[in-house]
Order: sequence, then structure tokens, then C-alpha cells
Amino acid sequence: MARSIMSEIKKDHIHKLLAKGKRVDGRAWDEFRPISIQTNFSETAEGSARVKLGNTDVLVGVKMSIGTPFEDTPNKGVLSTNAELIPLASPTFESGPPDENSVELARVVDRGIRESQMVDLEAMCIEPKKEVWMIFTDIYVLDYDGNLFDAAFLGAMAALRSTIVPAKLHEKGEDYALPIRHFPISVTAVQIENSILVDPTLDEEKVAAARLTVTTDENGDLRAMQKGGQGALTMEQIYKVIETSQRLGADLRNTIG
Amino acid sequence: MNKEGSSSREIVLPGDLLDSGKLKAGAGTYVQEGKVYAAQLGIMSVKSNFVNVIPLGGRYIPAPGDSVIGKVIDIGPSNWLIDINSPYPAPLHVNEVPWRVDFGDTARFMNVGDTLLAKVLMVDETMRVQVTMKEQGLRKLQGGQVMEISYSKVPRVIGKGGSMIQMIKNMTNTRIFVGQNGRIWLDGEIENIVFAIRAIKMIEENAHTSRLTERIKEYLDSVSKPGQAETSG
Amino acid sequence: MGGNSNVKLIDDNGIRIDGRKVDQLRDLKIEAGVLKRADGSAYVELGKNKVLAAVYGPRECHPRHMQNPAKAIVQCKYNMIAFSVGDRKRPGPDRRSVEISKIISEALEYVVFTENFPRTSIDVYIEVLQANAGTRCAGLTAASVALADAGIPMKDLVPSVAVGKVNDQVVLDLQKEEDNYGQADVPIAMIPRTGEVLLLQMDGHLTRAEFGRAMELAQPALMQIYAAQKDALTRRYALEPSDDPEDQATSEPQEG
Repeated sequence: MARSIMSEIKKDHIHKLLAKGKRVDGRAWDEFRPISIQTNFSETAEGSARVKLGNTDVLVGVKMSIGTPFEDTPNKGVLSTNAELIPLASPTFESGPPDENSVELARVVDRGIRESQMVDLEAMCIEPKKEVWMIFTDIYVLDYDGNLFDAAFLGAMAALRSTIVPAKLHEKGEDYALPIRHFPISVTAVQIENSILVDPTLDEEKVAAARLTVTTDENGDLRAMQKGGQGALTMEQIYKVIETSQRLGADLRNTIG
Repeated sequence: MNKEGSSSREIVLPGDLLDSGKLKAGAGTYVQEGKVYAAQLGIMSVKSNFVNVIPLGGRYIPAPGDSVIGKVIDIGPSNWLIDINSPYPAPLHVNEVPWRVDFGDTARFMNVGDTLLAKVLMVDETMRVQVTMKEQGLRKLQGGQVMEISYSKVPRVIGKGGSMIQMIKNMTNTRIFVGQNGRIWLDGEIENIVFAIRAIKMIEENAHTSRLTERIKEYLDSVSKPGQAETSG
Repeated sequence: MGGNSNVKLIDDNGIRIDGRKVDQLRDLKIEAGVLKRADGSAYVELGKNKVLAAVYGPRECHPRHMQNPAKAIVQCKYNMIAFSVGDRKRPGPDRRSVEISKIISEALEYVVFTENFPRTSIDVYIEVLQANAGTRCAGLTAASVALADAGIPMKDLVPSVAVGKVNDQVVLDLQKEEDNYGQADVPIAMIPRTGEVLLLQMDGHLTRAEFGRAMELAQPALMQIYAAQKDALTRRYALEPSDDPEDQATSEPQEG
């Protein structure tokens, strides 16, 4: 598609700036774009958040209902994450069922939520083997300018942390806040000509050889990782991204509160 | 909304009544029952008895003679397909380039992702567009940086008699070519390119605010280094 | 339509459950140009409805077999996101969305000067972020603003509103409970200046006189929505007065 072919001149310009340690928008290699998080955007969702990361704009909603647990986890609630790259967000997104990019995005966000055990799924059990709370997290990209992983993860985090379990509606007692035990944060970086750049813009993603997302918890421990792209990363680069994710994760946790 | 007799610099919206009888319908307007209405969001302008709407947005629609900056998006054995930032990609035939290209040899001269300076040769009624590189000055572009602005802001970036773009070129010591299709190519030292891009973006974002020329000049003064007065390009 | 006249939706003073009078529109807010990637966009809040619309185009028509050599085609896709409603909606188009997409595409095709852009497609996306009845009307209202924001030539903006009947009374702009328990629902879209109707549906039970009354209620509401559409665009593109001679630069550029 015409719009997804990047001109050689633009690619070279990014490389030339990088050779001088600079980025097109003037950021440092480990700097995030301005972030804004607005919770409770939706009245129909049990929890919701709209996140803007630079020009990337993502809306996340959490819906809860009662259902039957999986056979192998009869006393745990069910967590499910879905992501949609809807066509209004970019000329390159098409209508239709989730493609491989939507699926990867949903599964990486899901992994961060699930492996950090931020939601106490055992507390979401109403009657073992019979009734548990189902938690659906739906991610919608509204405007695409790179780094959907971090924008979506921040959105999912903020939405879950503001979710109220609709117990009253389902006659299971009084409403209460979804019990959250941990505070994972994901940080994504790309590798361009052996430079590591955090929070890539769309153009930086297009030029990047590889991408690495590292999700850490409040203790700095690793909860999820995902390498993407057709290039390679050295172990040294991987450690650099891990350290940066731990450091920036801590900063973000302080800012978000 | 009735905009008859208004002075320019007022926004008009589709459906606004511009004139009921004296003026003729120009660009961006339509006629219904003898009255002229705005068809596009833009600025009303009256010239030589025509009432026009100068659009504030929208896609670039190619016209013969336009100088454009294109990007190669596909190659065939005897042509390239050029994206000119318009709903209509334009084929460039081997007969319309300054080189002698054998059948099947097109990729040797220009490849997908290359940027070029071209002219719109012709546009037919179904909007099939053809471009050429066969004129003086048209060529493949290399180095520098390419940016895109809304094509409707091109006149503002160029300025009256080219004064605005000349000021930017002089004060940043860069070569700049502004395509009619809203694509701009800049070349020079990389820091200077970054300043020039910033200045152009400022124009695009503030195209119709007051004191724009002054503000651009202030910005360029603040970033230019002494001894930068050499002009080129 | 519930059709259940037992649920009391209007009190004896003619006040509805959300405090409105029978001829009162819900709170309306419209913003133009809210997205960066899209060629044009708009956001509408009508009561508790939250609707986002974006336009891409004119652009190359895909699928290619749908190209029209004489004009652009307008393809609108209306969608409700999973958490736009109380019971989570499974993602993906359902038959209702397909129908609504079609009728909105047809309404927009009438106003856009499609002959200017042969062989292209003008793609309009409507996403309902939060629903509370009347979403197709809010969607068309937003889509119309998004088209103008995208600089697409069109005859006029198109406001849209729904009128209905509850407790045997014709009322303007049904909200969710009124739609669920009401007796009729009539979404309509019209070009105010010419009176041309571009979208009209009806379900329920209305006498011809009741339909006439519904149209009487719709007219001023459509004017109100139309004014809000214009205001959103005017605010987005507000010009400052300028004495800078540079601003006289017209669309006759010289080469840079």
C-alpha cells in the first residue's frame, strides 16, 4: 500500500540523526512521549481508560459478567483480553477479524496482566466449578503513531485498577473495587542500527530491525517479554532494555500513582 | 448560513449561501436555483466576478503542469508507479525519463522507496494521471529529508512572491523544494534541516493566525548561528 | 420496541424520566478534528451516547471490483465497541450494524460530490464508544462533520435525530429506556435548507397524524444539531484577523 512504503530519504534521515544521538522529535533514547491517562471514560464498562502516548490514542474497557470456570482452574475467575486495530486509527488498518498484529498485541498485554497476577483470580471465584467472575478487557486503538504495546498496557492497567465489580447487578452483594495486587508496567524499545530507542513513533517502528517489550512489576521483577520484528537483538541490547524497563517502570508508577 | 457580501477570511462551510445572483460560481462552490453555495470547508474569496472557496483541507488533486514530489511504490518492466500524495497514483513511463531505460531494466534507475521531482503531464476525465521527468530540473532526489503538509497550506509556505520560503532557505542555509502536492524536500546540514522543518510545521499549524511571518522570523533568528547568511539553492 | 404502555415514562406534567420535556433534545456536544491519522474526524456526545467518526479519502478503492469509473463510492462502516453497552457485545459486525452501515452510506452518498473523484472510495468509520439509543443518528451527525473536516466537497452538512412515541405521546430523541419500552422509533436525517430526507426508518406503531407530529418535533431539533455541527467546524478552523500582507497569498503558488 502506498502509504506504508517509507521513502529511503526518510529512513536515511532517521539514521543520520541517530548517528548524532538524536531522534526526529528531539527526545532522548530513553524518553517517553507525553502520556495522558483518563479513567472512567465509559459509563457502560465496569472500568475504562483512555491513554494518549504522543499521538497514539488507545481506549480500553473492562466488562464483567458471571460464567463457568475452565475445567483445569475450577476456583479461579476467567481473564480474557482482546485488541482491535480498527480502521479509523490508521489508513493501514483494515476492517475484519483481528489480524496477527491485533492478536499479538492482545496476547502480550494479557500475559503482563496474567503473569503478574495483578488480579486475584481466586478471589473472583463465586462457587468453585460452577460460578466465577469473567473479566473481559477490550482494547481499541483510535489513533496509531507507534508503540501500541505500551499504550494498550497502560490503558489495560488503568482500566483494571478503576474497575468496580458489578456485584449488585448480578445479585452477589454490594459492588466493590476489583482487587488488584500488583502494578506491572510494560516498556517497549526498538533497535535501529544497534541503537536502542524507547517508545518508538510509527516511523521509528517502520525503520527498526527489532522490537522488545519488557513488562516488570513493582519489585522490578520480570513478568513478560516479547521480541518482535524480523531482525536480531544481542544479549547486551536485551539487558539494556530490561534495565531501562525497570527504571522507567518505576518512574511511571510514581507518576501514575 | 448566508455569507453574501462578507469580507474574506471568514470560514465557510458546505451549504453556506455565498451569492444570490451577481457573482459567478468558481472553485469549491455549486449552484442551486441560481444561487451559489459553498461546497467545501474553506475561505471565501471573490476575484474577477467569481466567488471561490479556497479549501482548508482535503486531498491534493493533480492538475497538468503541477510540479510534484513523488515516491516510487511499484515497478513494472517499462514503467514505475508513483505515489504523488493524491487519491490517484501516477504511472511514469520509461519514455518520460531523462535516461535510456531498456525493457525490464527499470529497477536499475529507480527503485521502490525512491523520491523524485516530477511534473504532472496529463489528467483525463476519469482522473488517470501521468507524470514526466523529462523537463529541466526534474530528477531523482537523494539525501536530505522529505516532509508532508496539507496541500492547501502550500501557498502559505511559499508566501507572496516566494518570500516566506526564501526567508526560511536563507536563514537556515538549506535547499528546499515545495511540491504542489504538499510534499517538501529539504537538503543541507542536518541540524539546519531540522530547524527548517520546524519552521514549516509552524506555518502549517498557524497558517491563518496573525503576525505569522514575524513569528517565523523570530524562531529562525533564535536558531540561526552567526555567519549563516550564505544563500544557496 | 417494547410497546409496553404500562411502564410510565412520562409523568403527568409531561416530564420524562430524565427530566426532559417531550420536545427537548439531550445535551449535545460536537468536536471536529479529534484524530491525527484520519483525513477528517468528529466526536459527538448526545446524552450518554459517545460516538467517534473518521473519514479516509478519497483514496484508491478497495476492493477494486467495487470501483466506479464515473465517481467515488462512499463506504461507511458502523460498529459498536464491546463495552459500549451494558451486556458486553462480542466484537465483529452483526446484521444490525450491516444494515445501519448501508443506510448511512446511502445518505452520505447523496450529499457528497462523488463525481469529482472517479474510481476512488471515501471510507467513513463510525465507532460507537458508548450507546444510549439514537446511535445511528449521532453516528451520521458525526460522519457528516468528519467529511467536511476532511475537506470533501459536499452539498451541506446532514443532521440526524430520532423521534418516537412513549406512553401514547410523540417525543423527541428517545433515550435507552424510552427506546426499550416505547411504542415507536423514527430515525431521520435531512438537509435543513432544502428539506431533502436522506435517511428514514420507522418501527412500532404510529398513526399518520402521529407521524406528522413526529416530523414537527424533528424539524427544530435538526436545526439545533445542524448549528452545533457548523459550530464545531468553525471553532476548529477559527481564523484570526490579520493585517499581514503575506496572508493575501492565494491558491496560485509560484514554485519554491
